[in-house]
Amino acid sequence: MGAAARAGLYSVGLLGVLAVTVVGSAAVGPVSIPPETVVRALLQSVASESLLAGLGGPVSRTDRVIVHTVRLPRIALAAVVGFALATAGVVMQGFFRNPMADPSIVGVSSGAAVGAVAAIVAPVALPLGLQVQGAAFAGAVVTAFAVYLLASEGGRTPVATLLLAGVAVQTFLGAVVSYLLLRSGESLRQVVYWLMGNLSNATWGDVRVAALAVPGFLLLLPFARDLDVLLLGEADAHSLGIEVEHTKRLLLAVASVVTAAAVAVSGVIGFVGLIVPHMLRLVVGPDHRVLLPTSALAGATFLVLSDTLARTGPAEVPVGIVTAAVGAPFFLYLLRTREVHAL
Amino acid sequence: MNALDPGAAANGRSGECADEGVDAASEGAPPEGVPVLSVEDVAVRLGDVPVLDGVSATVDRGRFVGLIGPNGAGKTTLLRTINGALAPSRGRVRVCGEVIADLGSRATSRLVATVPQDTTLTFDFDVRRTVAMGRTPHRGRFDRWREADERAVARAMERTGVTDLADRPITAVSGGERQRIVIARALAQETPLLLLDEPTASLDIAHQVRTLELVRDLTATGKTAVAAIHDLNLAAHYCDELLLLADGEVLAAGEPGAVLTEDRLREAFDANAVVARHPVTGSTYVTALPEREAGEGTVHVIGGGGTGSRPLYVLSAAGYAVTAGALNEGDTDTETARQLGVDAVTVGPYAPVDDAAAAAVRERVDAADVVVVADVEVGEGNLPNLAAARGADRLVLVEDRPFADRNFAGDAGRRLYTDVRERARVAGPGDVLAAVTAALDEPAGDGAAALDEPAGDGADADRSA
Repeated sequence: MGAAARAGLYSVGLLGVLAVTVVGSAAVGPVSIPPETVVRALLQSVASESLLAGLGGPVSRTDRVIVHTVRLPRIALAAVVGFALATAGVVMQGFFRNPMADPSIVGVSSGAAVGAVAAIVAPVALPLGLQVQGAAFAGAVVTAFAVYLLASEGGRTPVATLLLAGVAVQTFLGAVVSYLLLRSGESLRQVVYWLMGNLSNATWGDVRVAALAVPGFLLLLPFARDLDVLLLGEADAHSLGIEVEHTKRLLLAVASVVTAAAVAVSGVIGFVGLIVPHMLRLVVGPDHRVLLPTSALAGATFLVLSDTLARTGPAEVPVGIVTAAVGAPFFLYLLRTREVHAL
Repeated sequence: MNALDPGAAANGRSGECADEGVDAASEGAPPEGVPVLSVEDVAVRLGDVPVLDGVSATVDRGRFVGLIGPNGAGKTTLLRTINGALAPSRGRVRVCGEVIADLGSRATSRLVATVPQDTTLTFDFDVRRTVAMGRTPHRGRFDRWREADERAVARAMERTGVTDLADRPITAVSGGERQRIVIARALAQETPLLLLDEPTASLDIAHQVRTLELVRDLTATGKTAVAAIHDLNLAAHYCDELLLLADGEVLAAGEPGAVLTEDRLREAFDANAVVARHPVTGSTYVTALPEREAGEGTVHVIGGGGTGSRPLYVLSAAGYAVTAGALNEGDTDTETARQLGVDAVTVGPYAPVDDAAAAAVRERVDAADVVVVADVEVGEGNLPNLAAARGADRLVLVEDRPFADRNFAGDAGRRLYTDVRERARVAGPGDVLAAVTAALDEPAGDGAAALDEPAGDGADADRSA
């Protein structure tokens, strides 16, 4: 079976899983709504009257409001953010040929954190009503660009230098965030909440920002084969006809924007971009034409599930705590039992 | 390899390079005077360090050129310049008439395929997929996998003998198999020129031979190959031509026999090497010897049946004036002596040492400062050699096998040998040179020194006594 066929088959399957997860997630919460009611509520806005009648008539207004206005934006945001982080994770791991690479490796998350925390601590009135998100996004993109420039010399950007520059910049920005935390005063709780990564109070506006990941993903998809070849190392990739520096620049830019879009609206949610690609690699193999779409869809599902846990537990917690708490032990389990130490 | 004539490289691509169709790179096409590769006065700097300086070379279609030279001579740099990974600071590289520096990596990779030195692959693509990556230069980003791609991959796997491995993960094959898989990937690129960087470096001897035979077979069917090869003897045996690089310059180019001379090896490698023709394969054969002070003195070697070859090599290379004999015509040692230019007393094939020869041997023993008796088998025929050895000023006796195992002359043999041994400095086969040097430091006499201080393999000596 060709890679395209396998990618299609897995994607359809994973889309099904995602759909079921979304419905299940929308059903649970302080008010339980039966899944079929969720489905009807979802269809209500798109399906015709006769079809709805066949499904058992319209849904009560309360249920519809809960599904559409309360739960769905948050679920959609979880899905899109998970999609974005896993996509960027696949690209960064392939790009860096390093199993520990994650979407934040070039300092995107730290940059976003500085932007967001600064915007919370010292609010500047922006017309968009997206102060924190806007500042986070800007911080993320500027940081990624700065790291890239710091690591480049004479038109070349050695991956190892990029990695180290990323680590150094992350450390520096960590210091900035710590300082801002000290100065945050009354907004400390809000800052901490943002830093932990959370999806509460999600709006459709947030979803639209994060949905920037989708065109990013579509742009990356045709580069799946280049990512495969880049796994061979840059010298080999060059001798196989890849314009290495050009391709690296493009992959890095798109993956950073995709990550920035997610981080800007959700805060720093760890582990999704790290473990989802590894899990999928175990299942579908290293071929990026299959790995990229399946990881993206699995990332979406994983974050919807995690966020459902985060908001339905005994006390609502930031989803970043759930992904780290669930993801880290699972990753260690994979590490001990399977060959995750290599790509 | 011709001396460079910059004007000769015509523009445009000749018939032999014309297209990348399945067989164009491999099957016969009329040569039209454009070499597959021409390197024109190329200089390359890595940072501030000049690595190549004025390298010129021309490689015609179907040739297998070995790139040899010491570590740091610029072999890998030259390969990386040919495949466009490095840009020359001066001069240019043309493949099939196209200037590589003017081409993008995609266009270059349709002309030049490279087999890297390190073929370790840590991700588990299967073998077929790995070979299929060789089609990357021929496929647009949105192209489907075509019949031509499939054919090229199947053919590449067949030629390298990896078809049976097609569905195995690349991480589950041996080093030798991986090497052939990477060569298959390069073949799938269907380029006229194939570069290999140390293709045998991490392989065992059987896989080294197999790999180089594969490359030679490829060039026999029209592929052109340039390989950096560390092992001079493998290079000499398999390559049509050699290019000797030293300090970023071409020291010599041409037929292996013409390139590999002792003077050039000394200049390039700063190594003390002996160049001979291999007795079995007939190829030029290089043996590197430990660096010594040039020895002064004359050494006579008594050997036979190959036991004297190593002492002859070692002592000649160390600078001693060496004589040998008596030896039978056709004996390995006689051949060795001839190649080394050693003055040898000889008798006919299988003939015993006659009186005339014995006299000649005595003469040389008298003239010699040291006589070396190799770990030779002793029979009636060569007893005169041993007898003559007794008259030596200083004696070195090489013992490897117990004498009883190689004595075919009964009591007479044993008596003579015991005489010799009592007066000799006894050495293992590896310490001949050290023993000779040590013997020379002592005053000429009856060799009594050997009695208070037997050199080398005392245990062996005891066993054979």
